Amino acid sequence: MTGSTVLGSLSAPHRGDLGHTRAIALTPVSASPVYLDAATAAPLHPVARQALLAALDDGWADPGKLYAQARRARQLLDAARAATAETLGVRPDELSFTPSGTAAAHGAVLGGLSGRRRVGTALVHSAIEHSAVLHAAERHVAGCGTAAEVPVDRLGRVDLDGWAEAVRAPGVALAALIAASHEVGTVQPVAEAAAACAEAGVPLYVDAAQAVGRVPVPAGWSVLSASAHKWGGPPGVGLLVVRKGARWESPWPADDRESGRTPGTVNLPAVVAAAASLRAAAADAAAEAARLTPLVDRIRARVAAEVPDVEVVGDPHHRLPHLVTFSCLYVDGEALLHALDRRGFAVSSGSSCTSSTLRPSHVLEAMGVLSHGNVRVSLHRETTEADVERFLAELPGIVADLRAEAGVVGL
Amino acid sequence: MTAPAEILDCRGQRCPLPVIAVARRLPELPVGTVVRVLADDPAAAVDLPAWCRMRGQEFLGTVTGPDGPAYDVRRRH
Ligand SMILES: Cc1ncc(COP(=O)(O)O)c(C=O)c1O
Repeated sequence: MTGSTVLGSLSAPHRGDLGHTRAIALTPVSASPVYLDAATAAPLHPVARQALLAALDDGWADPGKLYAQARRARQLLDAARAATAETLGVRPDELSFTPSGTAAAHGAVLGGLSGRRRVGTALVHSAIEHSAVLHAAERHVAGCGTAAEVPVDRLGRVDLDGWAEAVRAPGVALAALIAASHEVGTVQPVAEAAAACAEAGVPLYVDAAQAVGRVPVPAGWSVLSASAHKWGGPPGVGLLVVRKGARWESPWPADDRESGRTPGTVNLPAVVAAAASLRAAAADAAAEAARLTPLVDRIRARVAAEVPDVEVVGDPHHRLPHLVTFSCLYVDGEALLHALDRRGFAVSSGSSCTSSTLRPSHVLEAMGVLSHGNVRVSLHRETTEADVERFLAELPGIVADLRAEAGVVGL
Repeated sequence: MTAPAEILDCRGQRCPLPVIAVARRLPELPVGTVVRVLADDPAAAVDLPAWCRMRGQEFLGTVTGPDGPAYDVRRRH
């Protein structure tokens, strides 16, 4: 791709397979590997790959300088920003590219709190926020702020009455709600939560990492973050959007790049690839959702029917199109991941034995659902019906073998 | 609250072992019996109530004493 076609990829949605590559075959297994962990990182979209390669040649200079190479880089950055802003339905100057979704979430929370510290020091957030939001909340509390957590129901949906009450309390500077759960897929009532915030005069931050590029995000928020590797962009690019008029103050040391919202030189080739792939993913989102939703329905139904003693969790209807989570009674989560990996299946788990902290997922805990033997399956544009069928064909035997080994059959 | 008839010491065991211990022992005891599970794996706080719900057994609550976190479960059927 030449320089001008890099810009072209930012202005026109791409469809179809360009230079399709499967970059996941690392361990030799008998059958071809089936990658089912898009909610952690979706395989690089072919449009992202092409844009990245082209921008490596064309977008390495510092866009802030005054020479030809820099002007070229500036042009690419401006085009990437304009394309991304258009896809999100926001103004280009409201959008900053950050070094990750995590950095964007940290900035969203801490900057949103900073900007309203004269009003108060309280943060309201759901019990199922991503750890990036919770860690920013911990930092805020360590600095003498407060944080109030709003519970969710068994399906992982935030308690709206509790939410409305929490944001009405005196001294609330910011409220944070994840658009859709990264662990169980439940889509949150963002519009209703935003209405409660508007009534209370509290700005809403939405962590839309699992929604952007897949499902529409309702309006009404003041701050939003997203992450490119969730939609098929490269890792290491986040989006931070601060609406005009929203009170937000950078929590970082001063730096005037990216409207002063996130310090450091942007990784321009990755940003260009993120922007190009977001356009492509958003253009295909409705069709992809229509294709993946029934595949997830099939997983939900078949796992519940064919694996004994399993709990399929999350909202069966108000959910992300590509993500499903279930827990298998008496099965060790880590053993299950390893067994699936040996058969070529890459999935995630919220079980404590698979986390560095040895704590169960706070999301499963907040929902009150079984946390051991947990598996999260998340599909993407390369996932085929045959992949899903193979997973469904092999899973019952894998779980049965693990239960037999542990001597828990018939309990 | 009913005093536990039996204590299952699952300290030092990682989930799902405490849940498996209850699933093994409870059916051997008369209906109505309360068992107290000592378990220091934080996942037990989530998984014991979830197991009771899935199995139709009764989760009576968490009692944290000198032996660390403990969970009372009653055989209902
Ligand atoms: C909901 C949510 N927020 C934030 C993040 C963090 O994004 P990143 O991986 O780009 O740091 C993730 C991904 O792990 C996520 O799923």
